[in-house]
Amino acid sequence: MAEITFLEALRQGLWEEMERDERVFILGEDVGLYGGAFKVTDGFVKKFGESRVIDTPIAEAAIVGAAAGAAHMGLRPVAEMQFIDFISCAYDMLTNYVATARYRAGLSTPIVVRGPCGGYVRGGPFHSQNPEAAFLHTPGLKIVYPSTVRDAKGLIKASIRDEDPVLYLEHKWLYRRIKEQLPEGEEILTPIGKARTAREGKHLSIITYGATVWKSLEAADKLEKDDGLSVEVIDLRTLLPMDDAAIVATVQKTNKVLIVHEDTRTGGIAGEITARINEQAFEWLDGPIMRVTAHDVPIPYAPTLEDFVLPQTDDIVKAARWLANY
Amino acid sequence: MALPATRPTAALPAGAALSSDQLLEIYYYLRLTRTLEERLVALYRQTKVIGGLFRSLGQEGESVGSAYALERGRNKDILSPLIRNLGSMLVMGARPIEILRQYMAKAESPTSGREMNVHFNDLEKGYLGQISHLGDMIPVMAGITLSFKMRREPRVGLVYIGDGGMSTGSFHEGLNLAAVQRLPLVVVGEYNHWSYSTPPEKQFAVKDLADKAKGYGVPAVTVDGNDVFAVYEATKFAVERARRGKGVHFIEVKTYRRKGHAEHDDQHYVPKDVLEQWSSTNDPVDRYTQRILSADLVSEADLKDIDERVRVEVDQATDACVDEPLPSADTALTGVQVDPPAADQLWFKAL
Repeated sequence: MAEITFLEALRQGLWEEMERDERVFILGEDVGLYGGAFKVTDGFVKKFGESRVIDTPIAEAAIVGAAAGAAHMGLRPVAEMQFIDFISCAYDMLTNYVATARYRAGLSTPIVVRGPCGGYVRGGPFHSQNPEAAFLHTPGLKIVYPSTVRDAKGLIKASIRDEDPVLYLEHKWLYRRIKEQLPEGEEILTPIGKARTAREGKHLSIITYGATVWKSLEAADKLEKDDGLSVEVIDLRTLLPMDDAAIVATVQKTNKVLIVHEDTRTGGIAGEITARINEQAFEWLDGPIMRVTAHDVPIPYAPTLEDFVLPQTDDIVKAARWLANY
Repeated sequence: MALPATRPTAALPAGAALSSDQLLEIYYYLRLTRTLEERLVALYRQTKVIGGLFRSLGQEGESVGSAYALERGRNKDILSPLIRNLGSMLVMGARPIEILRQYMAKAESPTSGREMNVHFNDLEKGYLGQISHLGDMIPVMAGITLSFKMRREPRVGLVYIGDGGMSTGSFHEGLNLAAVQRLPLVVVGEYNHWSYSTPPEKQFAVKDLADKAKGYGVPAVTVDGNDVFAVYEATKFAVERARRGKGVHFIEVKTYRRKGHAEHDDQHYVPKDVLEQWSSTNDPVDRYTQRILSADLVSEADLKDIDERVRVEVDQATDACVDEPLPSADTALTGVQVDPPAADQLWFKAL
């Protein structure tokens, strides 16, 4: 049983679904012979042919729109955004056309739109974004954001099998950085809509997702060692629909909540989580719900700037310590 | 403003090759479109139409003529109409009662009161309703026809786009993708002279919309959109070409929007004499009628029978649904997704 990377797990998940179901096909920029900008679809065109691994023009609205049309006809398209930053070019198609289709017209649109997101890689303003908040506000979409190798595989497979449109966000900082052994011969499916307890704790909860799961775990280790604090880390895994039960359960357990996300602060998902805790578990709180997020600026290129703007492990440690002492 | 060159003549174009039954069927759809819209105007004035009312007056010919060139029936060709392609939808099998229910937001409407006017679909019959964001249906129909190509089905898609909608990015992205993939898609570009209140000279700098399509390597023709035969023939050619795997084809239909953007719009920005000229000398239904009568292919009695049949059909459809209820509020939250099956009802509703 060999260790595989996050990227390899994602690749395996796509591969298995294409082998399992001939309705599944991939479309996007440079996904064919080149194998995708990050090589997620490396070797796919050789195995599955050009009709199921389609290189498209640089046209995100057309990619998503065509995926939607094909999905109406019973196919299962997986559309790749070369970098998730470019998903904004398909914003109209996703929010107005795709997300509304079942409700307004009874149209089935089982598409997956996936792509590399996130910073910490010196990608600058247009190769570092986290787009989830822009789509969280859209009824009709699902958003998944795996942080582990296992969930990278389990969630891409579940997303492809879902009857409705799913945005699958994959953090490029995790692609080759984290490794895990996955059991062979076992089909891995991660249920959409279920959070995961990444670390058990009793003094304080960190609710997070994506790359900051790992930074939060690192912070939790340090807080335990240096301060004797027992920190629970909840990995949301799915952002839409949000797992309210898991959020409320951890609030009831530790009574203090720090929400950590890499996306910018204003209008970010932390605000939504805060509102839900306020509505469902207000009386369980022993302190204010606090946020550690990116600063409200575009993501800058220079390491000195990016490191300052994005939330770091040390920021989480300090914020958690402050909240624990509240 | 110059009228299209084609004038009514006795002789039918040789390529049309339509039987007298088919000629009468086309007449039926033209008449049904116009009569149904006139009924909707009456219902609108009685405030029974909940939202806006969009007329296709003057564009019935290109709508019916183009759709009639498709293969119809269960799981055959698929078209995506715009707001002024009621005729196309009727040709594909949409029923007057469905249109009436949609406009009146009835519970029994095809969208259960969730969407308005002609924004609904029946993919088995072969129509996919538009959304309001113009241009979006070009990529979506590229996807529909991509599925035909992938499954090697001998089916064709047809999508309409207006002279205004052709300014959108989605139009250009979608047409380019369809051209590159050689998809079996026919695009009908409607030059109806008005995008809401915006005239052609403020909308595009080309002379003909066909010029835009040619820029993507797509064969494109311009035809008189108020000549049903010209539209039918051009579409028939494009559809059969697409069915043979030869790829996208663009047909520009020159026509004229003779009502405002919607019923509330008094179209004060349209020169009265131009409107009068199109109305009195270039009405597509009049031209079609004169042509089939003067060619002695049908009798006036045949047409009168159809007029009567249409009147009865629209009356019966109206009577059957005008007093139906609106959807009950408790249906509002279901069906956004399969799972979860309904959105949460908010807490203050239970207070």
